[in-house]
Amino acid sequence: MKKSEKQEQPHGGWPCLEFRNVWYRYGTDLAVQDVTFQVEHGEIAAILGPNGSGKTTLLKLALGLMHPSQGQVLLFGQSAERFRHWGRIGYVPQRVEAAQGDYPATAYEVVSQGTYRGPDPLAFFRSKDRSKILDALETVGLSDLKSRRISTMSVGQRQRVLLARALVRQPDLLVLDEPVAGVDAAAEEQFYDLLRRLNKERSITVLMVTHDIGAVMREATTVACINRTVVYHGSPHAMSQKELSELYGIPMEVLLHDALHEHR
Amino acid sequence: MPEIFTYDFMVRAIIGGALVGLLAPALGVFLVLRRLSLIADSLAHVALMGVAIGLLTRTFAPGVALGTTSLAALAIEQLRIRRMLPGDVALAVVLYCALAIAVVIISVASGFNVDLFGYLFGSVLTMSPTDLWLVAGLAVVVVLFVTFFFSELSQTSFDPDLARTSGVRVNLVSMALAVLTGAAITLSMRVVGVLLVGALIVIPVMASLRVATGLRASALLAMAIGVLSSFIGIVIAYYANIAAGGAVVLVAVGFLIVAFGWSWAKAKLRMTRHPEAS
Repeated sequence: MKKSEKQEQPHGGWPCLEFRNVWYRYGTDLAVQDVTFQVEHGEIAAILGPNGSGKTTLLKLALGLMHPSQGQVLLFGQSAERFRHWGRIGYVPQRVEAAQGDYPATAYEVVSQGTYRGPDPLAFFRSKDRSKILDALETVGLSDLKSRRISTMSVGQRQRVLLARALVRQPDLLVLDEPVAGVDAAAEEQFYDLLRRLNKERSITVLMVTHDIGAVMREATTVACINRTVVYHGSPHAMSQKELSELYGIPMEVLLHDALHEHR
Repeated sequence: MPEIFTYDFMVRAIIGGALVGLLAPALGVFLVLRRLSLIADSLAHVALMGVAIGLLTRTFAPGVALGTTSLAALAIEQLRIRRMLPGDVALAVVLYCALAIAVVIISVASGFNVDLFGYLFGSVLTMSPTDLWLVAGLAVVVVLFVTFFFSELSQTSFDPDLARTSGVRVNLVSMALAVLTGAAITLSMRVVGVLLVGALIVIPVMASLRVATGLRASALLAMAIGVLSSFIGIVIAYYANIAAGGAVVLVAVGFLIVAFGWSWAKAKLRMTRHPEAS
């Protein structure tokens, strides 16, 4: 089903994710106000905003984990509330609380969770899709650590396990929440290299939620700046000082350094 | 044949104990990993309330307890899912409510009697063939549930949101787990008693999490520790003439201490072999 759908879709231009006049209230607090923008196939899109700007709310709305108070969220043209083709989406959370305690699952077991396609009575006794799981671990460079407990890994390694878990689903859209929070600079660069490669070679659309302006400037092809509502949507490089200041509420200026792009 | 196996009631006790030792940690793995260990205690007190109602009204006490724990398990999950109360608060409210009702009913029924004492502290030696069949039936259901829904259970225990975006019906899985836990507690009461049934759900799991690598391995090891604890505990209780419930739980605690020692020794050994890694 997935493959044929993929082939029917023309490349570029069609929306993977659409917010249409979306509002969300927590009780009486307005978290998201009349948000409209879309993420198109092939983009590396970012949702940028300060803390408390509603970007995590938007992410949860996008994944159908919460439902808008008003308006519509569409995943591949279908209402996120009724969306069932979860195989098309790979979600990488900022962190998994359980992985920090003494959660016993190995990297392999966590990635194998990504192959879930519905109840399987024999799931305990067999591991399907072994080669796919090993491929995904290889892609993120963790083949050697496949039998390690995820709870004994570094933050960066855990993040890559979660990415592999998303990739094993062979998704069309990868959704990442603060993907490199708490990761050192070298690992961050490695992580973004990988994202760019996945975007180019496997034409996976990427949507990341972040408050890191530097990463957005370097990595994203489009950005939606959110402060409850959309302050700016377009290429990060066309963003004006005024819009950035409006976003963060303080005067801001972006200096682009060519050296950041030269080494690619 | 050792003397202990020549008595029917001892054979029933050992088989019943081993089955409870198997099914309690099988559910416990997913409760502990979701930090819901306390649900066992809350539901145990609800079971006590059920027993009190059963004794007062002279109905089949384990049956009433099974009904009340199932309802309470559903109520706790609904409170959590609808975010009406935080998880730990919901558990505490249910625990104290149930205990208060139990205490009131017991006072109405003019205090403790032998039956109630048996439910509080376990009376594995008085396990009837009916009790044993009930436990055996439940053990089959639990083992089938855990193996059939292993993927759903492990994903839900890892991260509920991540599980939802994989298409797992998290709320349904959680409710089924809670109801089965209630049933397991009710039927385990005979073996270890209301006050200690939580221990059998939690302690073998904690011991196995110290030493096993991998979710499957941890679940299997926890079940093995549960079965061994029950067996060794009941045999010791028979020969030393002590309370079986207490003996079973103390053996499980023994396994936990060994597991702690093992993981500590392993860490030490790793440090002496690769001092640069520390």
